Amino acid sequence: MAGSIPASPTASAALAGGAAVRAKPASLGREAWRRFRRHRLALAGAAILLFMVLAVLLGPWLWQVPINEIDFSARLKGSSWRHPLGTDDLGQDLLARMLYGGRISIAVGFAAMLIAVIVGTIVGAISGMSRGSVDAALMWLTDLFLSLPQLPLLLLIIYLFRDSLKVLVGPEIGVFILIVAVIGGFRWMPVARLVRAQFFSLREKEFVEAARALGASTSRQVVRHILPNSLGPVIVAGTIDVAAAIIAESTLSFLGLGFPPDIPSWGRLLYDAKDYLDIAPHWALFPGSAIFLVVLSISYIGDGLRDALDPRKVM
Amino acid sequence: MSEALLRVDGLVKHFPVRGGLFARDLERVHAVDGVSFEIGAGETLGLVGESGCGKSTTGRCILRLIEPSAGEVWFDGRSVTALDRHALRRLCRDMQIIFQDPYASLNPRMTVGSIIGEALVIHRLAKPGREFEDRVVHLLETVGLHADHLRRYPHEFSGGQRQRIGIARALAVSPRLIVCDEPVSALDVSIQAQVINLLEDLQEQFKLTYLFIAHDLSVVEHISDRVAVMYLGRVVEIAPAHELYTAPRHPYTEALLSAVPIPDPTVKRQRIVLQGDVPNPIRPPSGCHFHPRCPHAMERCRHEPPRLKTLAPGHLAACHLND
Repeated sequence: MAGSIPASPTASAALAGGAAVRAKPASLGREAWRRFRRHRLALAGAAILLFMVLAVLLGPWLWQVPINEIDFSARLKGSSWRHPLGTDDLGQDLLARMLYGGRISIAVGFAAMLIAVIVGTIVGAISGMSRGSVDAALMWLTDLFLSLPQLPLLLLIIYLFRDSLKVLVGPEIGVFILIVAVIGGFRWMPVARLVRAQFFSLREKEFVEAARALGASTSRQVVRHILPNSLGPVIVAGTIDVAAAIIAESTLSFLGLGFPPDIPSWGRLLYDAKDYLDIAPHWALFPGSAIFLVVLSISYIGDGLRDALDPRKVM
Repeated sequence: MSEALLRVDGLVKHFPVRGGLFARDLERVHAVDGVSFEIGAGETLGLVGESGCGKSTTGRCILRLIEPSAGEVWFDGRSVTALDRHALRRLCRDMQIIFQDPYASLNPRMTVGSIIGEALVIHRLAKPGREFEDRVVHLLETVGLHADHLRRYPHEFSGGQRQRIGIARALAVSPRLIVCDEPVSALDVSIQAQVINLLEDLQEQFKLTYLFIAHDLSVVEHISDRVAVMYLGRVVEIAPAHELYTAPRHPYTEALLSAVPIPDPTVKRQRIVLQGDVPNPIRPPSGCHFHPRCPHAMERCRHEPPRLKTLAPGHLAACHLND
């Protein structure tokens, strides 16, 4: 039988390209960026998001119209050179208000998403790696949070802590911290369940077993092998969370529990505009499209990131 | 046979089947049910049997990737089953494993270099930088791959090449024993031969000892010094490879061998067709596990489990027919 076996063990390995021995490698980050650039929608999304972020950061310096200058002679006007995005029912300039409010909406969206993803990933990872009582306890906690009536609880938390936080770090930052914590704190559960499910299937994979056989510690198995392979769904969930957080912030503002009424976040503008939809549609249209564009570009960026970070995808 | 490097003594692994109202342990799957054997240094022991007979579980219990329920494993005079976590990590440098599926056994998000070099990082066997890279390139070349494969990802390779990467990963710690868990079952026949030749070359070069798990009897005959046959969690026969293939002493071994295809249409032989299926390992048959399918079953086989008995030097079988 031995005679029938091809003798050369290297036959299948002889690949072309011997000249490129130890070619300088593209670093992981640069390689990911090269792959990200191939994703056109993601690139467009990144450009739009960058533009929006720059606009809300630098805009108030370039467009120096006060956000609260009331001018009853210019109520509910459409676009004009004086007011490029028109005015609201008090004659306030919408462009100035949107530039100012965008900071809050975008900051709340990202901060709340980060909290949800980080908390969710930690809870899901601990739960997914431990069997038995720890896993059961963490999943009870997750189910508990999922079944809580969120709105009444939000009211309670905000009533209880708003004033003490305001005293502690100032009114605007205090409300910001509170809102981000509350929104993020109620959105980590789906992420936790996703991560746990991913961990359950990945920890039985042979490459994780191989790492265990090599003597890898549990934390090494998680950080190097399991977590990187479970991030795809988490990134998508994270992009959805940004959108949900922006909208949740508007809900809170609408109920008078978010930022004070004189701080015009995008959600706030939208709710103020809803009574005038038939006479002044532009008032709702601009903040609405701003939210829509941010959410859409973040979701495309998420898609692009997921693919760029997966070496199996041919780009 | 030289002094035993690995000794497995009465290894048992039961998996609980949970269910019911409060997740009680309702039943147990008897995956491995009292397996004992020895492997001498530099030797290859083939372990064959049908799917689900406990071959892979045995291999994983030896490395303690699965905690055995009972029994002992001795490596080089030390008890593996008694080791604490720290000592177990040291043991990883002596015992390694090669997996069956070359697609599932490599992390798709790591480059080949970091997969092979991981053990060097874990056990601090090489300084990062030049030395690390040299070691990994050397390992790549040892298994017949090229230095420029270092930065590539596993999905860029064929099944046979991936299996070579898996072998290089196992070699990185310079182990003495490698458990080969069906290393060629997922490969094309032509690639199987190359990988087997590679394993044989490496055995010679590094004085390796193999536990070679497979269900392909002709592959096992080619590579093994001795062969153990498992049926439903128990070893039914162990013998030197040639002797087992020419003079089997257990009806199950006979049936297995009669199913090996002979690449010569003029050869006629008696094919022993076993009736029925492998019994459910949750409720294995009483007495000899094989008696419901055995063509020679006697009354005694239903009650009394046969013990492994030495029939010739190095030839053991567990069957009442040999009494």
